[in-house]
Amino acid sequence: MTWVWSNLDFIWDRTLDHLLVSVPPIILSFLIAVPLGWLAHRYRVSRGIILTVVGLFYAVPSLPLFIVLPFIVGTSVRSPLNLIIALTLYGVALLVRVVADGLESVDREVRQSATAVGFSARSQFWQVELPLAGPVLLAGLRVVAVSTVSLATVGAVIGAQSLGSLFTDGFQRGIQSEIMAGIVATVALALILDGILVLLGRMIMPWTRPQAAVVRRAAELKRVAA
Amino acid sequence: MNFFLDALNWLVDPANHVGDGAIGIRVVQHLGFTAVTLVFASVIAIPIGFLIGHTGRGRGLAVAVSGALRAIPTLGLLTIVALWVGIGLDAPYVALTVLAIPPILAGAYTGFQAIDRTTVDAARAVGMSERQIVRLVEMPLGLPLLIGGLRSATLQIVATATLAAYVADFGLGRFLFTGLKTRDYGEMLGGSILVILLALALEGAFALVRILVVPRGVTAGRPTDIRVRSKGLTR
Repeated sequence: MTWVWSNLDFIWDRTLDHLLVSVPPIILSFLIAVPLGWLAHRYRVSRGIILTVVGLFYAVPSLPLFIVLPFIVGTSVRSPLNLIIALTLYGVALLVRVVADGLESVDREVRQSATAVGFSARSQFWQVELPLAGPVLLAGLRVVAVSTVSLATVGAVIGAQSLGSLFTDGFQRGIQSEIMAGIVATVALALILDGILVLLGRMIMPWTRPQAAVVRRAAELKRVAA
Repeated sequence: MNFFLDALNWLVDPANHVGDGAIGIRVVQHLGFTAVTLVFASVIAIPIGFLIGHTGRGRGLAVAVSGALRAIPTLGLLTIVALWVGIGLDAPYVALTVLAIPPILAGAYTGFQAIDRTTVDAARAVGMSERQIVRLVEMPLGLPLLIGGLRSATLQIVATATLAAYVADFGLGRFLFTGLKTRDYGEMLGGSILVILLALALEGAFALVRILVVPRGVTAGRPTDIRVRSKGLTR
């Protein structure tokens, strides 16, 4: 524990490094995944292609990707940009399917009603489908946030600074409390970002909580009726 | 593009195919390690998952434990276990088995829970014992999701086994770390490409296993398909 108290500055700096490489991918992957997910949801041909590519991409292990990527996009291996691009790709790979499924889950009757009362295709997407798919998107985004924070630590073995540096440094110098501090800080950071997303979700979608209760009650009624 | 030629040269250079650190040996090490860890994790996770899925008890606990395990950074777990048990293969085995348990566990119990309750009740009504229900109804019907869980566990192991070369001298990850240290672009790129190909091959293998192992009746009547179809009919 003495290591932690005398190195609080170091931990804080690595936390900031960690935020720098993990927050942009979470936001970027959402912005990229929504149009791609819409495309996968809208046309059958694009659905097959996009979901297959995205699925294969998700299978690529992180460390090799961190190493191969710089040679393709021309960044330096150690630069935060390299990590940000790689983590964004993983986030997109995970979220596209979620977006497609979320849009798919919007009731057909609701969609037809929206058309019937005169929504254009565009306003129907923004005002009907996207808000109704919101809770599913939020759930996906929360998974992305937690896994991005965890994955970012891997960058430390190729020399990209993050909370993962506490693992490599602690391992090389044999300081267990440094590694433990790194694990605790990483998990705490993931939980904090997760909590922020939940709060944001409640602010943007104030209807989600009563809605969930209604859905549950409807399900119960259906079960009783059956 | 020059670097990728280096990687290709490294891959076909005869000097890299002899001795203890030959590419072939590393591939076999990597695959063997993945298989052993997958078996360890399955032996622990599948029975527990089936029990949770069949009885419906302990699901909240399983979800909480899996969630917490998923948030733990793999590199942190690897390095701390390596400091506890010493450098060598033990640390990766322990760390990776722990990491592979959540997806398999989730696959096992969600597979059971996705089954229509009326199907299970029908099996009970025609006089099947609980054991028969598990073996003849729930296991085959839950198989697609269990295979999905095994698949993500395998990908997780392959990826983390690469990372494990940081704490132990084994597997394909060794090429990545040696290449990084000596600034040998051919070696680190070649090694990376090998790992990526290995992961994609395993992904393909699981897709194939899924087609071969899952009974045709199960895929024909997947819960999601039924819902979509019945919705189309009634509305």
